[in-house]
Amino acid sequence: MSTAVRSSILHLSVLCLLATLFFILPEYHSGNIARILIMAVYAMGYNLLFGYTGLLSLGHALFFASGMYGLGLSIDHLGLSAAPAMLVGLFSALAISTIIGFLALRTSGVAFMIVTLMFAQAGYLTILLAGKYTRGDEGFVIKQSDRIIAGIDLSQADNRYFAALILFAIVFIFIGILVNTRFGKTLVAIRENSERARMLGYDIQRHKLIAIIISGSLSGVAGAAYALLFGYAGATFSTVQYSIYPLLWVLLGGAGTTIGPLIGTVFMTYLIDISSEYTSAYMLIAGLVLILLTLFAPQGLAGVLRKKFLPWLP
Amino acid sequence: MEFGPYLFIASLEGAITAAVLALTAVGLSIVFGIMRVVNVAHGEFYMLGAVFAWWITNLIGGHPAVGFVAAVIITPVLVGVLAVIADHLILRKIDYDPERTIVATIGLLYVIQQTTLMTFGPEARPVEAPFNKRIALPWIEYGEQGLALIWPWGLSTTTYKLAVIVAAIFILLMLWLLMTRTRIGLIMRATQLDREMATAHGIPVNKVYALVFGLGAGLAALGAVLIVPIQQAHYLMGADPLLLSFIVVIIGGLGSVVGTIVAALFIGLSDGIISVFFTPTLAKIIATLAVAFVLVFRPQGMFGKPE
Repeated sequence: MSTAVRSSILHLSVLCLLATLFFILPEYHSGNIARILIMAVYAMGYNLLFGYTGLLSLGHALFFASGMYGLGLSIDHLGLSAAPAMLVGLFSALAISTIIGFLALRTSGVAFMIVTLMFAQAGYLTILLAGKYTRGDEGFVIKQSDRIIAGIDLSQADNRYFAALILFAIVFIFIGILVNTRFGKTLVAIRENSERARMLGYDIQRHKLIAIIISGSLSGVAGAAYALLFGYAGATFSTVQYSIYPLLWVLLGGAGTTIGPLIGTVFMTYLIDISSEYTSAYMLIAGLVLILLTLFAPQGLAGVLRKKFLPWLP
Repeated sequence: MEFGPYLFIASLEGAITAAVLALTAVGLSIVFGIMRVVNVAHGEFYMLGAVFAWWITNLIGGHPAVGFVAAVIITPVLVGVLAVIADHLILRKIDYDPERTIVATIGLLYVIQQTTLMTFGPEARPVEAPFNKRIALPWIEYGEQGLALIWPWGLSTTTYKLAVIVAAIFILLMLWLLMTRTRIGLIMRATQLDREMATAHGIPVNKVYALVFGLGAGLAALGAVLIVPIQQAHYLMGADPLLLSFIVVIIGGLGSVVGTIVAALFIGLSDGIISVFFTPTLAKIIATLAVAFVLVFRPQGMFGKPE
């Protein structure tokens, strides 16, 4: 079997598995998985930049929040219906990631991390400052009557699950194809040795900028979908913690693998979910996992699998 | 109160912020300058300083001054030792790789913060100042009999607040002497200039790094001990000093100690003054954007020379 066939089979079976899970799992867990699928979209967006291009951003919450507030505010204040509001969410994330990418790419390494962190922090504070419209930390609820696309009520558990799965599937397959195109391979070349990629005649800055825009837009779509499916937008989603989460998920699952973000998100969400039953200090787990991963398994779970058993893993 | 006295009291409060900020930021700055790593957990070492100070003063009891003096001496050492352990267990293992260090110290941040939440609890706890006498401050005003000194209502400070400023200046002077006049300071500067060359001359670079990391954390803790009688100890108190230290270190020029101190003065004073006239949120937005734009357009900092 060729690598491409194996990889297609893997992608499709993951999607089939997720579809069957809905009918097997009790309602609490299928609700959880719908949330995880949306967050996995966020993680896949992050992974394109971090795992494939090698740029570590500490400010992706800004893109997630742009999508979330693009959708939420346009429903709440402009009276748009869900589908066009989704587009507003996508385009606000696209616009903001273009601006941030343009500025932040003048730096690299540690400075890039701090610049993205600072822009995201400024975004979070701006949401607080505009509390009159955004209701700051408290956030606002998106009414059930506004959460309908093409007559399908997305607040229903089953509709919600399959809406999340469809979005996940689209992005999952999109990333799977993208990383095997010329463009995707060039991103990996830039990650491995940007000097050499430049010598070979690739326009590095342009490739990095496009990677940031795609990555930011996917994060924004995840944010918008989260607000739509779960009916809530709040400033919490733009805090540093929500910039750290995708990094954590991708590192845990395996940076630079298509399946890694999903694995990482599932593991981390359940780890935090279980530990928060015992203690309010559940972020302790996140901290420990971050340290242990940096020390012992920088390539993550899927990375270890690829290295030890499945060299063809995409 | 009139505008003049109002501005005066704002700058005085700003000077206290600046004094403590200078200590914290210089800690971050020497770690960056010598070890070339960004320590995201720096704010948590600050928080630990405040929490340990509360713990030590409560343990000792008696007159507040006794406990406080003990806290000033013991806390920085304790926090410094913790930092050395963290350096040994984590940073050395990843060979001080800049990006991996950031990720690992983010993890360390959560570990320290959440462990404090589990043990110390979510409450804010006060520490009593060793001395705290209110002194009214005079203001010069042009009245009916020409220039006259008046004592406007509300224009006052405490002896302790003034002592914090003096103590911070003293500590920074000591640090300057340590860096420029002692053998260990010479070794640190040699390591900063060229790690490989220092190793070649038999300098135990790993030990220097551990010492510097401990020293940086100790300075943050010391700043927190000084401020804790004015603010309170709380497990989330590390976030603001971390952000402000970042701002100061970046605007002052990464790794430049003098630049850091100048920037701390500037940011501390303007933070005090801006917060009086604008909302604190707007002040923070301006400051964070300033950092981002300085890094984008003038990465050597406002006071640094281009490389």
